[in-house]
Amino acid sequence: MHKQRSNEPFVWLLFSAGGVVAALFIPIQLFLFGVAFPLGWLNGPSYDTVRGLVHGPIGRLYLLVLCTLPLFHWAHRFRYTLYDGLQIKHLNELVNTFCYGGAIVGTAIAAYLIWQIP
Amino acid sequence: MATYTEYPPKGYRVRMSTYWWLGKWPYLKFTLREISSVFVAWFVIETLLQINALIGGPAAYTEFQDFFRNPLVIALNVISLFFVVFHTFTWFNLAPKAMAVRMGGKRVPNILISGPNYAAWVVVSAVLAWLLLRG
Repeated sequence: MHKQRSNEPFVWLLFSAGGVVAALFIPIQLFLFGVAFPLGWLNGPSYDTVRGLVHGPIGRLYLLVLCTLPLFHWAHRFRYTLYDGLQIKHLNELVNTFCYGGAIVGTAIAAYLIWQIP
Repeated sequence: MATYTEYPPKGYRVRMSTYWWLGKWPYLKFTLREISSVFVAWFVIETLLQINALIGGPAAYTEFQDFFRNPLVIALNVISLFFVVFHTFTWFNLAPKAMAVRMGGKRVPNILISGPNYAAWVVVSAVLAWLLLRG
């Protein structure tokens, strides 16, 4: 009997990689940009400093990884949150399209924006 | 004769409450961990908005910093920070369970697997803070 291949291992790999990126890189940046700089606890970087950090190939690659993999992490987790948490199993197709579709659209937007950095 | 049905035949099934995860701490912890992903996505949106402001030039970038000074955005970011740090701890504590490494017939202690993860987190955070706080 022919067995249909599942794409679960592939999306799980993206979920897992995104989980690592989110765990390592997001807390410090969220603390600085979201809390410490706006409240004036610390002085934020100037436009030139930020641009200097991200306009080279390494900076752009970093931003691409930072913005794309965590989106697939979100897609996978949020899908199961709706599946297990709210038990809306009858809307599976819609939920999958929203989650993975959202991550793919987000990836495209991120790639476009990062390309545009002066 | 049995007829074809798209779904498995319905037997007696107990309908679980939509709020099944509120009753016990491990269930609530699981659900909070899953919900942390929403705040991860929020951080990505904020970062994309910031990149967009960066493309607009120095004036647009400076003006955009007002967005982060909005009290509602600060409140949301404080909540997000709580959830993202919760994700980091649960993720690293999960690593030894996902990777059951054996050496010499014995399981490597959990701390030897989660430990390097925490060390990497400290190093990464220090390097990023140094890069962003230089001026």
